[in-house]
Amino acid sequence: MEKDLVIIGGGPAGLAAAIAAREAGVEDLLVLERDSRLGGILNQCIHNGFGLHTFKEELTGPEYAGRYIEKVLEQKIPYKLNTMVIDLEAEESRKKVTVMNREEGLYQIEARAVILAMGCRERARGALNIPGYRPAGIYSAGTAQRYVNMEGRMPGKEIVILGSGDIGLIMARRMTLEGAKVKLVAELQPYSGGLKRNIVQCLDDFGIPLKLSHTVVDIKGKERVESVTVARVDENLKPVPGSEEEIPCDTLLLSCGLLPENELSETLGVKMNPVTGGPEVDESLETSREGVFACGNVLHVHDLVDYVSQEAAQAGKNAAAYLSGSRSGQGRGIPIRAVQGVRYTVPSSVDVSRMEETQVVRFRVGNVFRNAAIEVSCGGKILKSQKKQILAPGEMEQVILKRAELEQIEDPEEITVSVRAESRGRD
Amino acid sequence: MGEHRNATREFVCIRCPLGCNITVDMEDGKIREITGNTCPRGADYVTKELTDPRRTVTSLVRIEGGELPVAPVKTAADIPKDKIGDCIKALKGIRLAAPVRIGDVAAENVCGTGVDVVVTANVGKG
Ligand SMILES: Cc1cc2nc3c(=O)[nH]c(=O)nc-3n(C[C@H](O)[C@H](O)[C@H](O)COP(=O)(O)OP(=O)(O)OC[C@H]3O[C@@H](n4cnc5c(N)ncnc54)[C@H](O)[C@@H]3O)c2cc1C
Ligand code: SF4
Repeated sequence: MEKDLVIIGGGPAGLAAAIAAREAGVEDLLVLERDSRLGGILNQCIHNGFGLHTFKEELTGPEYAGRYIEKVLEQKIPYKLNTMVIDLEAEESRKKVTVMNREEGLYQIEARAVILAMGCRERARGALNIPGYRPAGIYSAGTAQRYVNMEGRMPGKEIVILGSGDIGLIMARRMTLEGAKVKLVAELQPYSGGLKRNIVQCLDDFGIPLKLSHTVVDIKGKERVESVTVARVDENLKPVPGSEEEIPCDTLLLSCGLLPENELSETLGVKMNPVTGGPEVDESLETSREGVFACGNVLHVHDLVDYVSQEAAQAGKNAAAYLSGSRSGQGRGIPIRAVQGVRYTVPSSVDVSRMEETQVVRFRVGNVFRNAAIEVSCGGKILKSQKKQILAPGEMEQVILKRAELEQIEDPEEITVSVRAESRGRD
Repeated sequence: MGEHRNATREFVCIRCPLGCNITVDMEDGKIREITGNTCPRGADYVTKELTDPRRTVTSLVRIEGGELPVAPVKTAADIPKDKIGDCIKALKGIRLAAPVRIGDVAAENVCGTGVDVVVTANVGKG
Protein backbone atom coordinates (compact mmCIF):
# COMPACT_ATOMS: atom_id res chain seq x y z
CA MET A 1 0.00 0.00 0.00
CA GLU A 2 1.20 3.51 -0.77
CA LYS A 3 0.06 6.75 0.85
CA ASP A 4 1.11 10.37 0.60
CA LEU A 5 0.67 10.92 4.32
CA VAL A 6 0.37 8.49 7.22
CA ILE A 7 -0.58 9.80 10.67
CA ILE A 8 0.32 7.55 13.59
CA GLY A 9 -2.17 7.97 16.46
CA GLY A 10 -5.84 8.97 16.42
CA GLY A 11 -5.87 11.16 19.54
CA PRO A 12 -6.50 14.91 19.45
CA ALA A 13 -3.09 15.50 17.85
CA GLY A 14 -3.57 12.96 15.06
CA LEU A 15 -7.11 14.13 14.35
CA ALA A 16 -6.24 17.84 14.16
CA ALA A 17 -3.20 17.10 11.99
CA ALA A 18 -5.32 15.01 9.62
CA ILE A 19 -8.00 17.69 9.31
CA ALA A 20 -5.44 20.44 8.66
CA ALA A 21 -3.59 18.34 6.09
CA ARG A 22 -6.85 17.59 4.27
CA GLU A 23 -7.81 21.27 4.35
CA ALA A 24 -4.41 22.08 2.85
CA GLY A 25 -5.13 19.72 -0.03
CA VAL A 26 -3.73 16.30 0.94
CA GLU A 27 -6.16 13.76 -0.53
CA ASP A 28 -4.29 10.54 0.01
CA LEU A 29 -3.86 10.19 3.77
CA LEU A 30 -4.53 7.60 6.48
CA VAL A 31 -4.82 7.77 10.28
CA LEU A 32 -3.71 4.66 12.18
CA GLU A 33 -5.02 4.06 15.72
CA ARG A 34 -4.28 1.06 17.91
CA ASP A 35 -7.34 1.51 20.14
CA SER A 36 -10.92 0.58 19.24
CA ARG A 37 -12.05 4.23 19.08
CA LEU A 38 -10.66 7.55 17.94
CA GLY A 39 -10.01 10.27 20.52
CA GLY A 40 -6.97 9.02 22.43
CA ILE A 41 -6.60 9.73 26.11
CA LEU A 42 -9.53 12.17 26.00
CA ASN A 43 -11.95 9.23 26.05
CA GLN A 44 -11.10 8.59 29.69
CA CYS A 45 -10.85 12.26 30.74
CA ILE A 46 -14.54 12.71 31.52
CA HIS A 47 -14.02 15.87 33.60
CA ASN A 48 -14.65 19.27 32.08
CA GLY A 49 -12.13 21.96 31.25
CA PHE A 50 -11.23 21.22 27.66
CA GLY A 51 -11.54 23.49 24.68
CA LEU A 52 -12.09 26.89 26.26
CA HIS A 53 -9.58 28.46 23.87
CA THR A 54 -10.69 26.58 20.77
CA PHE A 55 -14.47 26.46 21.18
CA LYS A 56 -15.01 29.20 23.80
CA GLU A 57 -16.93 26.73 25.93
CA GLU A 58 -15.94 24.27 28.58
CA LEU A 59 -16.17 20.72 27.25
CA THR A 60 -15.36 17.33 28.72
CA GLY A 61 -12.63 15.23 27.11
CA PRO A 62 -14.95 12.95 25.09
CA GLU A 63 -16.96 15.96 23.87
CA TYR A 64 -13.81 17.75 22.73
CA ALA A 65 -12.64 14.65 20.88
CA GLY A 66 -16.16 14.28 19.47
CA ARG A 67 -15.92 17.65 17.70
CA TYR A 68 -12.79 16.53 15.84
CA ILE A 69 -14.09 13.04 15.14
CA GLU A 70 -17.16 14.60 13.51
CA LYS A 71 -14.95 16.68 11.21
CA VAL A 72 -12.90 13.63 10.28
CA LEU A 73 -16.09 11.79 9.34
CA GLU A 74 -17.47 14.82 7.48
CA GLN A 75 -14.34 15.17 5.39
CA LYS A 76 -14.25 11.41 4.84
CA ILE A 77 -10.68 11.15 6.10
CA PRO A 78 -9.76 7.47 6.08
CA TYR A 79 -8.68 5.87 9.36
CA LYS A 80 -8.03 2.37 10.66
CA LEU A 81 -8.82 1.33 14.23
CA ASN A 82 -7.32 -1.61 16.16
CA THR A 83 -4.25 -1.04 14.03
CA MET A 84 -0.90 -0.72 15.69
CA VAL A 85 2.22 0.64 14.05
CA ILE A 86 5.05 -1.62 15.14
CA ASP A 87 7.95 -0.41 13.04
CA LEU A 88 8.99 2.69 11.18
CA GLU A 89 11.92 2.97 8.78
CA ALA A 90 13.11 5.58 6.32
CA GLU A 91 15.01 5.06 3.08
CA GLU A 92 15.91 8.34 1.49
CA SER A 93 12.62 10.18 1.38
CA ARG A 94 10.40 7.03 1.44
CA LYS A 95 9.08 5.94 4.82
CA LYS A 96 8.06 2.37 5.53
CA VAL A 97 5.35 1.98 8.14
CA THR A 98 4.84 -1.58 9.40
CA VAL A 99 1.41 -2.13 10.91
CA MET A 100 -0.46 -4.98 12.52
CA ASN A 101 -4.18 -5.48 12.67
CA ARG A 102 -6.30 -8.48 13.56
CA GLU A 103 -8.15 -8.76 10.23
CA GLU A 104 -5.30 -7.97 7.85
CA GLY A 105 -2.31 -9.25 9.81
CA LEU A 106 1.07 -7.67 9.34
CA TYR A 107 1.76 -5.39 6.38
CA GLN A 108 3.70 -2.39 5.15
CA ILE A 109 2.58 1.03 4.03
CA GLU A 110 4.94 3.23 2.02
CA ALA A 111 4.45 6.87 2.85
CA ARG A 112 5.93 10.05 1.45
CA ALA A 113 5.37 11.86 4.74
CA VAL A 114 4.59 10.73 8.30
CA ILE A 115 3.18 12.61 11.27
CA LEU A 116 4.05 11.16 14.68
CA ALA A 117 1.09 11.64 17.06
CA MET A 118 1.43 8.69 19.46
CA GLY A 119 0.84 10.64 22.66
CA CYS A 120 2.50 9.68 25.93
CA ARG A 121 2.48 7.04 28.61
CA GLU A 122 2.80 7.11 32.37
CA ARG A 123 6.18 7.29 33.97
CA ALA A 124 6.94 4.43 36.33
CA ARG A 125 9.37 6.50 38.42
CA GLY A 126 8.65 6.60 42.11
CA ALA A 127 7.18 3.14 42.01
CA LEU A 128 10.60 1.71 41.42
CA ASN A 129 12.44 2.57 44.58
CA ILE A 130 9.74 1.67 47.09
CA PRO A 131 10.89 -1.42 48.97
CA GLY A 132 8.60 -4.18 50.20
CA TYR A 133 6.14 -6.57 48.60
CA ARG A 134 4.11 -5.82 45.51
CA PRO A 135 0.65 -6.66 46.80
CA ALA A 136 -2.52 -6.03 44.78
CA GLY A 137 -3.90 -2.53 45.01
CA ILE A 138 -1.10 -0.54 43.36
CA TYR A 139 -2.16 1.18 40.16
CA SER A 140 -0.94 3.95 37.94
CA ALA A 141 -3.38 6.85 38.04
CA GLY A 142 -4.13 6.56 34.33
CA THR A 143 -4.99 2.86 34.63
CA ALA A 144 -7.30 3.69 37.53
CA GLN A 145 -8.87 6.41 35.41
CA ARG A 146 -9.60 3.96 32.64
CA TYR A 147 -11.08 1.45 35.14
CA VAL A 148 -13.34 3.98 36.77
CA ASN A 149 -14.39 6.04 33.76
CA MET A 150 -14.63 3.51 30.97
CA GLU A 151 -15.28 0.23 32.77
CA GLY A 152 -17.20 1.59 35.76
CA ARG A 153 -15.09 -0.25 38.38
CA MET A 154 -13.49 1.21 41.50
CA PRO A 155 -9.89 0.25 42.33
CA GLY A 156 -10.40 0.52 46.12
CA LYS A 157 -11.99 2.28 49.09
CA GLU A 158 -9.18 3.93 51.04
CA ILE A 159 -6.63 5.54 48.83
CA VAL A 160 -3.25 7.22 49.01
CA ILE A 161 -1.90 8.93 45.89
CA LEU A 162 1.82 9.36 45.26
CA GLY A 163 2.57 12.20 42.88
CA SER A 164 0.54 15.33 42.24
CA GLY A 165 0.35 15.19 38.46
CA ASP A 166 -2.99 16.16 36.95
CA ILE A 167 -4.23 12.61 36.52
CA GLY A 168 -3.67 11.92 40.22
CA LEU A 169 -5.46 15.11 41.27
CA ILE A 170 -8.38 14.43 38.98
CA MET A 171 -8.64 10.87 40.20
CA ALA A 172 -8.60 12.07 43.82
CA ARG A 173 -11.83 13.99 43.16
CA ARG A 174 -13.31 11.32 40.96
CA MET A 175 -12.88 8.55 43.53
CA THR A 176 -14.05 10.78 46.39
CA LEU A 177 -17.25 11.48 44.47
CA GLU A 178 -17.64 7.76 43.90
CA GLY A 179 -17.52 7.14 47.64
CA ALA A 180 -13.86 6.32 48.28
CA LYS A 181 -11.81 8.04 50.98
CA VAL A 182 -8.70 9.68 49.55
CA LYS A 183 -6.49 10.09 52.59
CA LEU A 184 -3.51 11.90 51.17
CA VAL A 185 -1.70 13.08 48.07
CA ALA A 186 2.08 12.96 48.61
CA GLU A 187 4.43 14.82 46.28
CA LEU A 188 8.18 14.28 46.28
CA GLN A 189 9.00 17.71 44.88
CA PRO A 190 8.50 20.94 46.84
CA TYR A 191 5.91 22.01 44.21
CA SER A 192 2.94 20.31 42.62
CA GLY A 193 3.25 18.78 39.17
CA GLY A 194 -0.36 19.56 38.35
CA LEU A 195 -2.37 22.61 37.33
CA LYS A 196 -3.35 25.01 40.12
CA ARG A 197 -7.01 24.78 39.19
CA ASN A 198 -6.88 21.05 39.81
CA ILE A 199 -5.46 21.56 43.30
CA VAL A 200 -8.32 23.95 44.07
CA GLN A 201 -11.20 21.98 42.62
CA CYS A 202 -9.97 18.43 43.18
CA LEU A 203 -8.24 18.62 46.58
CA ASP A 204 -9.23 21.84 48.38
CA ASP A 205 -12.92 21.45 47.52
CA PHE A 206 -12.95 18.07 49.27
CA GLY A 207 -10.49 18.74 52.06
CA ILE A 208 -7.95 16.23 50.71
CA PRO A 209 -4.49 17.01 52.12
CA LEU A 210 -1.52 17.55 49.78
CA LYS A 211 1.87 17.00 51.36
CA LEU A 212 4.73 18.47 49.32
CA SER A 213 8.27 17.13 49.82
CA HIS A 214 6.86 13.77 50.93
CA THR A 215 7.20 10.30 49.50
CA VAL A 216 6.13 6.73 50.14
CA VAL A 217 8.91 4.75 51.82
CA ASP A 218 7.13 1.50 52.61
CA ILE A 219 4.12 -0.53 51.54
CA LYS A 220 2.63 -3.15 53.89
CA GLY A 221 0.31 -6.02 53.00
CA LYS A 222 0.82 -9.46 51.47
CA GLU A 223 -2.16 -10.09 49.21
CA ARG A 224 -3.56 -6.58 49.17
CA VAL A 225 -2.14 -3.22 50.27
CA GLU A 226 -2.86 -2.70 54.00
CA SER A 227 -0.95 0.50 54.63
CA VAL A 228 1.69 2.78 53.20
CA THR A 229 4.30 4.74 55.12
CA VAL A 230 5.06 8.27 53.99
CA ALA A 231 8.01 10.39 55.06
CA ARG A 232 9.22 13.91 54.52
CA VAL A 233 12.20 14.38 52.19
CA ASP A 234 15.09 16.85 52.46
CA GLU A 235 16.43 19.16 49.71
CA ASN A 236 18.17 16.19 48.13
CA LEU A 237 14.87 14.33 48.02
CA LYS A 238 16.10 11.82 50.62
CA PRO A 239 13.61 10.67 53.30
CA VAL A 240 14.18 12.32 56.69
CA PRO A 241 14.49 9.65 59.44
CA GLY A 242 11.88 10.02 62.14
CA SER A 243 9.34 11.74 59.88
CA GLU A 244 7.60 8.49 58.89
CA GLU A 245 3.85 8.16 59.24
CA GLU A 246 1.92 4.95 58.52
CA ILE A 247 -1.41 5.42 56.75
CA PRO A 248 -3.87 2.51 56.54
CA CYS A 249 -5.27 2.14 53.02
CA ASP A 250 -6.14 -0.54 50.46
CA THR A 251 -4.96 1.25 47.33
CA LEU A 252 -1.92 3.24 46.23
CA LEU A 253 -2.15 5.26 43.04
CA LEU A 254 1.03 6.39 41.33
CA SER A 255 0.78 9.65 39.45
CA CYS A 256 4.35 10.43 38.62
CA GLY A 257 4.04 12.25 35.34
CA LEU A 258 3.96 11.38 31.69
CA LEU A 259 6.60 10.53 29.15
CA PRO A 260 6.30 10.85 25.36
CA GLU A 261 5.73 7.49 23.67
CA ASN A 262 8.73 7.35 21.38
CA GLU A 263 9.82 3.78 20.67
CA LEU A 264 8.90 4.32 17.02
CA SER A 265 10.69 7.66 16.76
CA GLU A 266 13.77 5.99 18.19
CA THR A 267 13.70 3.06 15.77
CA LEU A 268 13.47 5.63 13.00
CA GLY A 269 16.59 7.27 14.39
CA VAL A 270 15.28 10.83 14.67
CA LYS A 271 17.26 13.15 16.89
CA MET A 272 15.72 13.16 20.38
CA ASN A 273 15.61 15.88 23.00
CA PRO A 274 16.81 14.38 26.28
CA VAL A 275 14.78 16.88 28.33
CA THR A 276 11.35 16.33 26.77
CA GLY A 277 11.86 12.71 25.80
CA GLY A 278 10.41 13.67 22.42
CA PRO A 279 12.01 14.38 19.02
CA GLU A 280 13.75 17.66 18.28
CA VAL A 281 11.80 19.70 15.76
CA ASP A 282 12.27 22.89 13.76
CA GLU A 283 9.69 25.63 13.24
CA SER A 284 7.68 23.43 10.87
CA LEU A 285 7.57 20.66 13.51
CA GLU A 286 9.70 18.52 11.24
CA THR A 287 12.07 16.11 12.99
CA SER A 288 15.67 15.51 11.93
CA ARG A 289 14.25 13.10 9.31
CA GLU A 290 12.94 14.82 6.22
CA GLY A 291 9.18 14.51 5.85
CA VAL A 292 8.65 13.17 9.39
CA PHE A 293 6.70 15.59 11.60
CA ALA A 294 5.68 15.34 15.27
CA CYS A 295 2.97 16.98 17.36
CA GLY A 296 1.05 16.64 20.61
CA ASN A 297 2.20 14.69 23.62
CA VAL A 298 4.64 12.58 21.63
CA LEU A 299 6.63 15.78 21.10
CA HIS A 300 6.39 17.19 24.63
CA VAL A 301 3.78 16.64 27.32
CA HIS A 302 1.04 19.29 27.16
CA ASP A 303 -1.41 20.26 29.91
CA LEU A 304 -3.83 21.87 27.50
CA VAL A 305 -5.41 19.99 24.69
CA ASP A 306 -6.19 23.28 22.91
CA TYR A 307 -2.47 23.79 22.36
CA VAL A 308 -2.14 20.19 21.19
CA SER A 309 -4.75 20.86 18.52
CA GLN A 310 -3.07 24.11 17.44
CA GLU A 311 0.35 22.50 17.27
CA ALA A 312 -1.02 19.48 15.39
CA ALA A 313 -2.82 21.66 12.83
CA GLN A 314 0.53 23.33 12.18
CA ALA A 315 2.16 19.94 11.63
CA GLY A 316 -0.62 18.91 9.24
CA LYS A 317 -0.29 22.11 7.24
CA ASN A 318 3.49 21.82 7.05
CA ALA A 319 3.31 18.18 5.98
CA ALA A 320 0.97 19.28 3.18
CA ALA A 321 3.44 21.98 2.09
CA TYR A 322 6.25 19.41 2.16
CA LEU A 323 4.23 17.02 -0.01
CA SER A 324 3.32 19.66 -2.58
CA GLY A 325 6.89 20.92 -2.69
CA SER A 326 5.69 24.43 -1.93
CA ARG A 327 7.93 25.09 1.03
CA SER A 328 10.04 28.15 0.57
CA GLY A 329 13.82 27.75 0.39
CA GLN A 330 15.44 26.19 3.38
CA GLY A 331 17.86 28.72 4.76
CA ARG A 332 19.76 28.30 7.96
CA GLY A 333 17.86 27.36 11.07
CA ILE A 334 18.78 29.50 14.06
CA PRO A 335 19.03 27.30 17.14
CA ILE A 336 16.81 28.27 20.07
CA ARG A 337 18.56 27.64 23.36
CA ALA A 338 16.84 27.16 26.69
CA VAL A 339 18.94 28.75 29.42
CA GLN A 340 18.60 29.97 33.00
CA GLY A 341 15.54 28.32 34.42
CA VAL A 342 14.06 27.29 31.06
CA ARG A 343 14.27 23.53 30.60
CA TYR A 344 13.58 23.19 26.88
CA THR A 345 11.86 24.85 23.96
CA VAL A 346 9.70 23.50 21.13
CA PRO A 347 10.70 24.15 18.40
CA SER A 348 14.43 24.02 19.01
CA SER A 349 15.32 26.01 15.89
CA VAL A 350 13.69 28.51 13.59
CA ASP A 351 14.38 29.22 9.93
CA VAL A 352 13.58 32.89 9.37
CA SER A 353 13.16 32.52 5.60
CA ARG A 354 10.60 29.80 6.12
CA MET A 355 8.73 30.86 9.24
CA GLU A 356 5.34 32.51 9.20
CA GLU A 357 4.93 36.07 10.41
CA THR A 358 4.87 34.82 13.98
CA GLN A 359 6.10 31.63 15.59
CA VAL A 360 4.94 30.26 18.93
CA VAL A 361 7.74 28.85 21.08
CA ARG A 362 6.52 26.66 23.95
CA PHE A 363 8.60 25.75 26.98
CA ARG A 364 8.63 24.77 30.63
CA VAL A 365 10.62 26.16 33.52
CA GLY A 366 12.54 24.02 36.01
CA ASN A 367 11.49 25.64 39.27
CA VAL A 368 8.92 27.96 40.83
CA PHE A 369 9.69 31.64 40.13
CA ARG A 370 7.75 34.62 41.49
CA ASN A 371 7.71 38.09 39.95
CA ALA A 372 10.03 36.95 37.21
CA ALA A 373 10.38 37.85 33.56
CA ILE A 374 10.75 35.66 30.51
CA GLU A 375 13.45 37.02 28.26
CA VAL A 376 14.09 36.31 24.62
CA SER A 377 17.43 37.48 23.22
CA CYS A 378 19.16 37.24 19.89
CA GLY A 379 22.39 38.79 18.64
CA GLY A 380 22.97 40.60 21.93
CA LYS A 381 19.54 42.23 21.77
CA ILE A 382 16.62 41.58 24.11
CA LEU A 383 13.68 40.92 21.79
CA LYS A 384 11.14 40.42 24.51
CA SER A 385 10.80 40.71 28.24
CA GLN A 386 7.53 39.40 29.53
CA LYS A 387 6.66 39.90 33.21
CA LYS A 388 5.18 36.93 35.05
CA GLN A 389 3.67 36.89 38.52
CA ILE A 390 4.43 33.22 38.84
CA LEU A 391 6.13 30.56 36.76
CA ALA A 392 5.87 26.90 37.71
CA PRO A 393 7.14 23.63 36.21
CA GLY A 394 3.58 22.29 36.09
CA GLU A 395 2.47 24.88 33.55
CA MET A 396 3.62 25.20 29.97
CA GLU A 397 4.57 28.73 28.91
CA GLN A 398 4.95 30.34 25.53
CA VAL A 399 6.55 33.31 23.79
CA ILE A 400 5.88 34.53 20.28
CA LEU A 401 8.75 35.29 17.88
CA LYS A 402 8.14 37.80 15.11
CA ARG A 403 9.74 37.34 11.72
CA ALA A 404 10.09 41.08 11.17
CA GLU A 405 12.15 41.36 14.36
CA LEU A 406 14.40 38.43 13.56
CA GLU A 407 15.01 39.69 10.02
CA GLN A 408 16.58 42.82 11.42
CA ILE A 409 19.30 40.91 13.22
CA GLU A 410 22.40 40.42 11.15
CA ASP A 411 23.80 36.92 11.11
CA PRO A 412 21.98 35.67 14.22
CA GLU A 413 23.82 32.82 15.89
CA GLU A 414 21.22 31.73 18.37
CA ILE A 415 18.06 32.77 20.13
CA THR A 416 17.97 32.28 23.89
CA VAL A 417 14.91 31.97 26.09
CA SER A 418 15.57 32.51 29.79
CA VAL A 419 13.96 33.41 33.11
CA ARG A 420 15.13 36.56 34.84
CA ALA A 421 14.14 35.94 38.43
CA GLU A 422 13.37 38.59 40.98
CA SER A 423 12.56 36.08 43.69
CA ARG A 424 12.32 32.36 43.87
CA GLY A 425 9.59 30.58 45.77
CA ARG A 426 9.67 27.16 47.25
CA ASP A 427 5.94 26.40 47.52
CA MET B 1 -15.39 35.70 55.20
CA GLY B 2 -17.27 37.42 58.01
CA GLU B 3 -14.27 38.09 60.23
CA HIS B 4 -12.43 40.15 57.61
CA ARG B 5 -14.82 42.69 56.23
CA ASN B 6 -11.90 44.74 54.97
CA ALA B 7 -9.56 42.13 53.63
CA THR B 8 -7.63 40.98 50.61
CA ARG B 9 -8.59 37.52 49.42
CA GLU B 10 -6.63 35.36 47.00
CA PHE B 11 -8.22 32.96 44.55
CA VAL B 12 -7.07 30.65 41.81
CA CYS B 13 -9.59 30.88 39.00
CA ILE B 14 -10.76 27.43 37.92
CA ARG B 15 -12.76 28.48 34.89
CA CYS B 16 -9.98 27.47 32.53
CA PRO B 17 -6.64 25.71 32.88
CA LEU B 18 -4.67 28.98 32.84
CA GLY B 19 -5.48 29.19 36.57
CA CYS B 20 -5.02 32.94 37.04
CA ASN B 21 -4.19 34.17 40.55
CA ILE B 22 -6.94 36.64 41.36
CA THR B 23 -6.89 39.10 44.23
CA VAL B 24 -10.09 40.56 45.64
CA ASP B 25 -10.04 43.66 47.81
CA MET B 26 -12.98 43.72 50.19
CA GLU B 27 -14.42 46.80 51.84
CA ASP B 28 -17.31 46.56 54.30
CA GLY B 29 -17.88 43.00 53.14
CA LYS B 30 -18.30 44.14 49.55
CA ILE B 31 -16.01 43.63 46.59
CA ARG B 32 -14.02 46.81 45.95
CA GLU B 33 -11.55 45.67 43.34
CA ILE B 34 -10.71 42.47 41.44
CA THR B 35 -7.22 42.14 39.95
CA GLY B 36 -5.17 39.43 38.27
CA ASN B 37 -7.87 37.93 36.06
CA THR B 38 -6.95 37.59 32.39
CA CYS B 39 -10.56 37.59 31.24
CA PRO B 40 -14.02 38.58 32.55
CA ARG B 41 -14.82 34.98 33.46
CA GLY B 42 -12.33 35.32 36.30
CA ALA B 43 -14.19 38.26 37.85
CA ASP B 44 -17.42 36.32 37.51
CA TYR B 45 -15.80 33.30 39.18
CA VAL B 46 -14.57 35.12 42.29
CA THR B 47 -17.83 37.02 42.65
CA LYS B 48 -19.68 33.71 42.62
CA GLU B 49 -17.16 32.04 44.96
CA LEU B 50 -17.90 34.77 47.49
CA THR B 51 -21.67 34.63 47.14
CA ASP B 52 -22.88 31.40 45.51
CA PRO B 53 -20.09 28.88 44.79
CA ARG B 54 -20.96 26.49 41.97
CA ARG B 55 -19.34 23.59 40.14
CA THR B 56 -19.99 21.59 37.01
CA VAL B 57 -20.30 17.93 38.04
CA THR B 58 -19.03 15.12 35.83
CA SER B 59 -19.67 11.46 36.52
CA LEU B 60 -21.01 8.29 34.90
CA VAL B 61 -24.30 6.55 34.33
CA ARG B 62 -24.78 2.82 33.70
CA ILE B 63 -25.50 1.74 30.14
CA GLU B 64 -27.39 -1.42 29.25
CA GLY B 65 -26.45 -3.35 26.12
CA GLY B 66 -23.65 -0.94 25.18
CA GLU B 67 -20.10 -1.38 23.84
CA LEU B 68 -19.06 0.09 27.22
CA PRO B 69 -20.84 -0.56 30.57
CA VAL B 70 -20.93 3.16 31.42
CA ALA B 71 -21.26 6.52 29.70
CA PRO B 72 -19.82 9.81 30.97
CA VAL B 73 -22.23 12.64 31.85
CA LYS B 74 -22.07 16.25 33.06
CA THR B 75 -24.42 18.82 34.48
CA ALA B 76 -25.35 21.07 31.54
CA ALA B 77 -24.54 24.10 33.73
CA ASP B 78 -22.88 24.51 37.11
CA ILE B 79 -24.87 23.63 40.24
CA PRO B 80 -24.48 24.84 43.85
CA LYS B 81 -21.39 23.31 45.42
CA ASP B 82 -23.38 21.86 48.33
CA LYS B 83 -25.54 19.86 45.91
CA ILE B 84 -22.62 17.92 44.39
CA GLY B 85 -23.04 14.92 46.72
CA ASP B 86 -26.80 14.65 46.11
CA CYS B 87 -26.29 14.94 42.38
CA ILE B 88 -23.77 12.07 42.35
CA LYS B 89 -26.20 9.95 44.41
CA ALA B 90 -29.05 10.66 42.00
CA LEU B 91 -26.90 9.54 39.06
CA LYS B 92 -26.15 6.18 40.68
CA GLY B 93 -29.70 5.02 40.08
CA ILE B 94 -29.80 5.89 36.39
CA ARG B 95 -29.64 3.22 33.69
CA LEU B 96 -29.85 4.10 30.00
CA ALA B 97 -30.24 1.74 27.08
CA ALA B 98 -27.59 1.85 24.33
CA PRO B 99 -27.05 3.59 22.00
CA VAL B 100 -26.62 7.01 23.62
CA ARG B 101 -25.24 10.12 21.97
CA ILE B 102 -23.49 13.31 23.11
CA GLY B 103 -26.15 15.73 24.39
CA ASP B 104 -28.82 13.10 25.30
CA VAL B 105 -30.52 14.07 28.58
CA ALA B 106 -29.77 11.48 31.28
CA ALA B 107 -31.68 13.24 34.07
CA GLU B 108 -33.88 16.33 34.04
CA ASN B 109 -33.69 19.04 36.70
CA VAL B 110 -31.25 17.09 38.84
CA CYS B 111 -31.94 17.47 42.60
CA GLY B 112 -34.19 20.44 41.93
CA THR B 113 -31.32 22.59 40.65
CA GLY B 114 -33.09 23.38 37.39
CA VAL B 115 -30.11 21.89 35.56
CA ASP B 116 -30.20 18.79 33.35
CA VAL B 117 -27.56 16.08 33.27
CA VAL B 118 -26.42 15.27 29.73
CA VAL B 119 -24.42 12.45 28.14
CA THR B 120 -20.90 13.45 26.98
CA ALA B 121 -19.82 10.53 24.77
CA ASN B 122 -21.34 8.39 22.06
CA VAL B 123 -21.74 4.79 23.21
CA GLY B 124 -22.96 2.38 20.58
CA LYS B 125 -24.67 -0.99 21.02
CA GLY B 126 -22.33 -3.71 22.20
C1 LIG C 1 -5.64 12.80 33.10
C2 LIG C 1 -5.47 13.88 32.11
C3 LIG C 1 -6.17 15.05 32.32
C4 LIG C 1 -6.10 16.09 31.41
N1 LIG C 1 -6.84 17.21 31.64
C5 LIG C 1 -6.88 18.20 30.71
C6 LIG C 1 -7.76 19.33 30.86
O1 LIG C 1 -8.47 19.47 31.87
N2 LIG C 1 -7.80 20.26 29.88
C7 LIG C 1 -7.02 20.12 28.76
O2 LIG C 1 -7.11 20.96 27.87
N3 LIG C 1 -6.17 19.06 28.60
C8 LIG C 1 -6.07 18.10 29.54
N4 LIG C 1 -5.23 17.00 29.36
C9 LIG C 1 -4.28 17.00 28.25
C10 LIG C 1 -4.78 16.43 26.92
O3 LIG C 1 -5.73 15.46 27.15
C11 LIG C 1 -3.63 15.82 26.19
O4 LIG C 1 -2.64 16.79 26.10
C12 LIG C 1 -4.02 15.33 24.79
O5 LIG C 1 -4.96 14.30 24.89
C13 LIG C 1 -2.81 14.83 24.02
O6 LIG C 1 -3.19 14.41 22.74
P1 LIG C 1 -2.31 13.44 21.84
O7 LIG C 1 -3.09 13.20 20.61
O8 LIG C 1 -0.95 13.98 21.71
O9 LIG C 1 -2.15 12.09 22.67
P2 LIG C 1 -3.20 10.93 23.03
O10 LIG C 1 -4.53 11.47 23.40
O11 LIG C 1 -2.51 10.07 24.02
O12 LIG C 1 -3.36 10.13 21.67
C14 LIG C 1 -2.35 9.31 21.13
C15 LIG C 1 -3.01 8.18 20.36
O13 LIG C 1 -2.02 7.47 19.63
C16 LIG C 1 -2.30 6.09 19.71
N5 LIG C 1 -1.05 5.34 19.49
C17 LIG C 1 0.09 5.37 20.24
N6 LIG C 1 1.02 4.56 19.73
C18 LIG C 1 0.49 4.00 18.61
C19 LIG C 1 0.98 3.07 17.64
N7 LIG C 1 2.21 2.55 17.73
N8 LIG C 1 0.16 2.71 16.64
C20 LIG C 1 -1.11 3.23 16.54
N9 LIG C 1 -1.62 4.12 17.42
C21 LIG C 1 -0.83 4.50 18.45
C22 LIG C 1 -2.88 5.92 21.09
O14 LIG C 1 -3.68 4.76 21.20
C23 LIG C 1 -3.70 7.20 21.27
O15 LIG C 1 -5.04 7.04 20.87
C24 LIG C 1 -5.27 15.95 30.27
C25 LIG C 1 -4.54 14.78 30.07
C26 LIG C 1 -4.63 13.75 30.97
C27 LIG C 1 -3.84 12.51 30.72
S1 SF4 D 1 -9.48 34.58 34.55
FE1 SF4 D 1 -10.05 33.86 32.51
S2 SF4 D 1 -8.07 33.25 31.64
FE2 SF4 D 1 -7.74 33.38 33.85
S3 SF4 D 1 -8.14 31.28 34.62
FE3 SF4 D 1 -10.06 32.43 34.76
S4 SF4 D 1 -11.13 31.92 32.87
FE4 SF4 D 1 -8.99 31.42 32.55
